[in-house]
Amino acid sequence: MHKLLTDSPGEKMLLLGNEAIARGAIEAGVAFATTYPGTPSSEISLNLFQISNESDLYFEYSTNEKVALEVAAAAANSGVRTFCMMKHVGMNVAADPLMTLAYVGVKAGLVILTADDPFMFSSQNEQDNRYYGKLSGVPILEPSSVEEAREMTIAAFDLSEQLGEPVILRTTTRINHSSAFVALGTIQPRNTKGDFTKDPFNLVAVPAVSRRLHVRLLENWAKARSIAETSVFNFIEGEGSWGIVCSGVSYNYVSDAIHELGIQNKTRILRLGLTHPTPPGRVKDFLTGCEKVLVVEEGEPFLEETVMAFAQKAELTVPIAGKDETLFSRLYEFDPTMVRQVIATYFGVDDTPSQVPDLSDIPEIPQRPPNLCAGCSHRATYYAVKKAAEGMETIFPTDIGCYTLGFLPPLSMGDFVICMGSSVSTSCGFSKATGKQVIGFIGDSTFFHSGLTGLVNAVYNNHNFTLVILDNGTTAMTGHQPHPGVDMANFNRSGYGRISIEAVVRAIGVEHVSVIKPYKVKKSIEAVKAAIEHKGVSVVISQEMCTLYARSLKKLNVRAFQVTDKCKNHRDCINEIGCPAFFLEGERVQIDPNACVGCAVCAQICPENAITPVKDKKAG
Amino acid sequence: MQTKRLIIVAVGGQGNLLASKVLGEAALLCGVPVRMSEIHGMAQRGGVVESSVVFGDAKSTIISDGEADVLVGFEPLETLRALNKCSRETTVITNMTPLPPFTVAIGRGTYPDLNQLQTLIQAKTKQLIAFDAVELAKSAGSVLAVNIVLLGALIKTGILPITKENLQTAIRTKTKKAFVDVNLKAFDLGFQLPGQA
Repeated sequence: MHKLLTDSPGEKMLLLGNEAIARGAIEAGVAFATTYPGTPSSEISLNLFQISNESDLYFEYSTNEKVALEVAAAAANSGVRTFCMMKHVGMNVAADPLMTLAYVGVKAGLVILTADDPFMFSSQNEQDNRYYGKLSGVPILEPSSVEEAREMTIAAFDLSEQLGEPVILRTTTRINHSSAFVALGTIQPRNTKGDFTKDPFNLVAVPAVSRRLHVRLLENWAKARSIAETSVFNFIEGEGSWGIVCSGVSYNYVSDAIHELGIQNKTRILRLGLTHPTPPGRVKDFLTGCEKVLVVEEGEPFLEETVMAFAQKAELTVPIAGKDETLFSRLYEFDPTMVRQVIATYFGVDDTPSQVPDLSDIPEIPQRPPNLCAGCSHRATYYAVKKAAEGMETIFPTDIGCYTLGFLPPLSMGDFVICMGSSVSTSCGFSKATGKQVIGFIGDSTFFHSGLTGLVNAVYNNHNFTLVILDNGTTAMTGHQPHPGVDMANFNRSGYGRISIEAVVRAIGVEHVSVIKPYKVKKSIEAVKAAIEHKGVSVVISQEMCTLYARSLKKLNVRAFQVTDKCKNHRDCINEIGCPAFFLEGERVQIDPNACVGCAVCAQICPENAITPVKDKKAG
Repeated sequence: MQTKRLIIVAVGGQGNLLASKVLGEAALLCGVPVRMSEIHGMAQRGGVVESSVVFGDAKSTIISDGEADVLVGFEPLETLRALNKCSRETTVITNMTPLPPFTVAIGRGTYPDLNQLQTLIQAKTKQLIAFDAVELAKSAGSVLAVNIVLLGALIKTGILPITKENLQTAIRTKTKKAFVDVNLKAFDLGFQLPGQA
């Protein structure tokens, strides 16, 4: 049985924040769950995907976050408790349905999880998604700990039903990827069978209906604000005239800091957990007893601006500060020492800074950047494209996935990336605006996520570029989740469809389509050359399973390669391919037989044919 | 309860997260509050995995510069890189078998001299326990047990409020059945190393 289905209330389990959230959803009786994978949210859906195999929970990996939210909206409007999970940038994709779903509302609890990523450990930006609550009028809950993440997930479903609105559960990486002991609660029964009652004058958002629905949303928002006034998730702690307002993980740093500084008796904390709508009464009461106030929140001055506005309205002149050149930054994530130092500065307390050693005499430490894996087929594809485009002035728009790492030397393939699906549409723009040769790259999962619409645009507008679809048979970057092109038998699941990328591309009307096996270097280069020569939109689909995924499926059974004495040390292998299985022994290139997966790409480009299979030595 | 802060650094695939989990379970058995945080973004693609384990009553799950009581490094270069987490009061335990980053493997960077590395760490911290954990893991029966060898050395220092017995129980219940014996042996080999007791 899946550990998160354990039916023993009170038992303590060491859980990752994401597991605690999944457990909270299970305890809340969630019956329907949708997502598109994205770090730091991925483990929530992974657990629910596994649980769906041994329970009547419906779970799906949707093609993108907009689709996930639309599927979820229908389920929740059929009276089924529904959970929709994504990373922060996924919310941008889902923003369109979110804005109007807030008008239409829900019949059963719908919780939308956004996992924000301050410091961008694995993301392209560090946007603060609390603004989506403000923009849509939907309430936001922000847990401060792993234990609270479980509790708040349950509360979010209840709040959603109380208001008839979706609720945003907003976490950050330090909640998602922290672990703590969590006391299990009772699992409520799942109601999996929904029904839909037709009510077009409340559910079909045409202008005449929406004018009324916006009124309803504002009434709900006011109701949510009064709930926030008494919510147990908004509390005041401690006594004193120094005030600190905080939310999320910042609360932990504040708690630890005031103990370390010994100012518990001088400081009052307003911890907001239901942060939107922010309760004006609660804030006003808090401010009234304060001589000065510091707002401690990662990201944008979301609470700070609200608290200042409330103070103005209540004609309170108490100094309020937060983001400031001398205090907190809007950049990156906070840490305990930094929060302690700012608190000490703001309230004029002595702080003994930790004795960080002088590291000026440490030799330069070589970086350990992430790298495409040994034998990764993307490396082979990039090499083929590079060779095919040699001598041309080329722009390479790329996209979000493992293959983004191809921008690093020695491959250096990747000139522009902003978001999922952008490689296709920006290829349209670059080719039109510059007239240069453009070759865009997109992964298979990303293609289904939002590459399709760009490709339709390209065919319709008769753009001129080559799109290379890097099809490694999985969503590799986030941990090998399935997508519409994947054989679900790999997951021991039946009853799924499977969509051929080639058939889709041809159906859209792309005239020049070729499918390559990137480990066959010569043939691949020829195919790419032909695609580049084609006037108009051409597509090359490069198919080879992700090596890590193939290994986990036990579909990797190959022989390692070695460098023989024929090697004249040209180092084309290292300088052009840069596979991490290579290393230098003295001045000689060697191949680590434990890392090599036997893709044989290096063997094909070696000018001396010096790279050959290891005899009687199986790798992988 | 006095707060103790531990940083573990490793290269993706060395078993850092399992080691943290075993420590966490042992803490539960000892009745010690524990909070952990991990950064493993792109680690599967050869990057660094870092986890913070905070024992005691603190609420934070991450550890600021200079605040670690103990640093455990599974790879010497990564131990050196994490030295900013240490102070004069920190005990450092490190495996000494290098896993050169790819940049070094292909001659685009220099791996620091291991003797110099030890001298530097010794000069800036309270204590350094450095040894070849890979060798010990192999003699326990599997090169994969490097993480558990290091846990043995860590528990031996007595810095953490975790008993040897509870850690052994956590190994029995939380590591794969087929590896329990190897792991218990690996733990013993680490524990037998000279360390502060």
